[in-house]
Amino acid sequence: MSSEASPQVLIVGNPNSGKSTLFNALSGGSAHVGNYPGVTVDRTSATLHLGSEQIELVDVPGMYSLTASSPEEQLAVDALTESNTRAVICVVDATTLQRGLYLPLQLVESGVPVVVALNMMDAAARIGLRVDAERLSELLGSPVIPVVATKRRGLDALLSALEVQLQASAEVSKLAVGYPAELEADLAALAPPIRSWRPGTPASQHRVFALWCLLSLGEDSLRDVPDDVREAVSRIRAAASEGGRNLDLEIISCRYAWLDRAIAETCSVRGPKLSWSERIDRVLTHPIAGIVIFATVMFGIFEALFAGAEPLIASIEAVTGFIQTQASAILPDGVLQDLVVQGIIAGVGNVVVFAPQILMLFLFIGFLEDSGYLARVAFVIDRVMKGVGLHGKAFVPLLSGFACAVPAVMATRTIERRRDRLVTMLALPLMSCSARLPVYILVVGTVFAGQSLGWFSAGAVALFSMYTLSVLVTLGAAAVLRRTVLPGPAPTFVLEMPPYRWPSAGILWINAWRRLRVFLVDAGTIILAMTILLWALLSFPKSPELTEHYAAERAQVLQSGSSEMSKAEALRTLEAQEAGEQLAHSLGGRFGHAIEPVLRPIGFDWQIGVGIIGAFAAREVFISTLGVVFGIGEADEENKPLRQALRDARHADGSPVMTPLSGVSLMVFFLLACQCMSTIAVVKKESGSWKWPVFLFSYMTVLAYLASLAVYQGGRLLGYG
Amino acid sequence: MKRSLLDLPVGQHAEIASIDCERRLSRRLMEMGLLPGTRVRVVRVAPLGDPIELRVRNYSLSVRRAEAARIAVRPQGAP
Repeated sequence: MSSEASPQVLIVGNPNSGKSTLFNALSGGSAHVGNYPGVTVDRTSATLHLGSEQIELVDVPGMYSLTASSPEEQLAVDALTESNTRAVICVVDATTLQRGLYLPLQLVESGVPVVVALNMMDAAARIGLRVDAERLSELLGSPVIPVVATKRRGLDALLSALEVQLQASAEVSKLAVGYPAELEADLAALAPPIRSWRPGTPASQHRVFALWCLLSLGEDSLRDVPDDVREAVSRIRAAASEGGRNLDLEIISCRYAWLDRAIAETCSVRGPKLSWSERIDRVLTHPIAGIVIFATVMFGIFEALFAGAEPLIASIEAVTGFIQTQASAILPDGVLQDLVVQGIIAGVGNVVVFAPQILMLFLFIGFLEDSGYLARVAFVIDRVMKGVGLHGKAFVPLLSGFACAVPAVMATRTIERRRDRLVTMLALPLMSCSARLPVYILVVGTVFAGQSLGWFSAGAVALFSMYTLSVLVTLGAAAVLRRTVLPGPAPTFVLEMPPYRWPSAGILWINAWRRLRVFLVDAGTIILAMTILLWALLSFPKSPELTEHYAAERAQVLQSGSSEMSKAEALRTLEAQEAGEQLAHSLGGRFGHAIEPVLRPIGFDWQIGVGIIGAFAAREVFISTLGVVFGIGEADEENKPLRQALRDARHADGSPVMTPLSGVSLMVFFLLACQCMSTIAVVKKESGSWKWPVFLFSYMTVLAYLASLAVYQGGRLLGYG
Repeated sequence: MKRSLLDLPVGQHAEIASIDCERRLSRRLMEMGLLPGTRVRVVRVAPLGDPIELRVRNYSLSVRRAEAARIAVRPQGAP
């Protein structure tokens, strides 16, 4: 679809067949990531030079069958029928041929030139499995080449077989699965509507397509299928079931019957023995040891994301700060300097700061997935996830949400069905991420300093409550979303448990790096744009009177007879005060004032309102924005003057703004509100439309407001605050 | 009396008799090689009791109890 001219070769295979490893081995790690039209599935491709020809090698997502019922599953068939598709490499795990041969059988049946890459021949040899590749290729009518993708063995033979297949023209497959006569009659009956759907394709293709339609259509969400084809299929299916035939069973069991005969003729096993995988599984899925190991591994990942990434994040922030200082020194004071320093450089910093956690999480997930443990994680925890309508595979993304929602949303890719992925993606921003912690610490330090509840310090109780609440609300939201916004059958859990394998470091790195690059480019652009927008909102319009007033004040300080030290101190104070007043004058500041009537019922004033607006850049920015609002200058969550200023802040009636009650209300608000443009950007990228991030932002904001309202008003009724 | 995969003790071999899930799931299970006549064995039950792991066609597959209950089997070999 990308360009009609360049011929393409698809590389397809079952999940866990080593397909991506082979793709990387053939492409040498250089690949471009795009998108399949209409679905949010990455299309990874690379240019391959084969003899004198230049072909595009496309890595099609893992699948067990060409049969489709969703647009995501349909893309394989679409890619297969594109006019520039010249051949297919089908990767098969030699150790699971008894099932793995189903996909190549379907492909050969379809008439497209196929080369079967019989992968993991080393693992097959270890379990005493012998495969007669020559005989198998005679039976299939397509070359079968033994390879070991991880060790780059057999690649030359594979490429020369591919070259031969590229010369061959698509022809009627000689392979005869041997369908019963009544099925052949059904296929013939389907041919006319399919002919008008796919004009110009040979008659043999119509039969293959009819077969695909009979299996795929009905209760599906496939695109571009003409109504007359649908009607014909449902007529035929209805007639068949009246005659006591199950068409799905008929077709699939015919294929498996062929496949079983082929296996019997080509494979031999030298006595079964307990594989390493089985021995490992006895420990890793053991009722007690399994859970202990599971908890340890998950805690390790969590700790690495939470604490291990911290120094890297801090150094990225330090470098950003350094560049900002340098840029301020070079550029003349004024709007341009502010735009570059506070808009562009800050924006790029806001994007790059996610790199450590994204890389780490994808290295971990890659390791878990390629080693086979991710399937066991899902196996162990599925029971819990099922309760709220989530898939077992949602666990790792949810847990990662404690560190940061951005990589966590990207991690939902391991979940197969789009609907399940969306539910997870829309619930996990409620997990209390690490950016919320500074806000909690500031609030706790301001309103609970030195207080205790029984044996515990009030601050610790408040923090613990926030994390507990976050887990409960996340699971609750998933359950509600599943029943309302994204209804549908609960996710089924049919998951292959692949044998344990040691992942290749190179492949892990290539894949994590690819993910990061896509994030930097796609989500990064949105984050950068939003940072600049937010900067403008909090900077303009400037008040010329204020500028004049402070220029005069500064002149006065400079002319006074006090020491240089106290002059510098006085200038700093003036600068902080001016920044605060200018901020109050800006659009963002005025907006904070404007929404104060809405914020009062949940215990906030306009200054906190401005902080909340600023926090949209990232939650922790709440603190530095408050620092500016209160005219303190730069501040972090441990800042004593900021805490004091918050304690001293008064409503118009003279009552204090920050009480324990309004503090709890503020924490609850930050816990539940989607105060994070990067989350918005990454949900846009991963869901493929603006609809879902807008929904996410709306529901979380409403939820946060109502919860804070309940806390604040409820607390007042009970006599607190 | 019809027996399902759930009635099968861990480790016992059986032969699939029929699959009676909704169409999409039945089709998926069949395409993954679970067909009437296919030999199957329950390898283990997850630590929390659900899902269960099956061994079929020389590979391992996990399904939830709700799904396993709709796969009818004929036990084979010694009880």
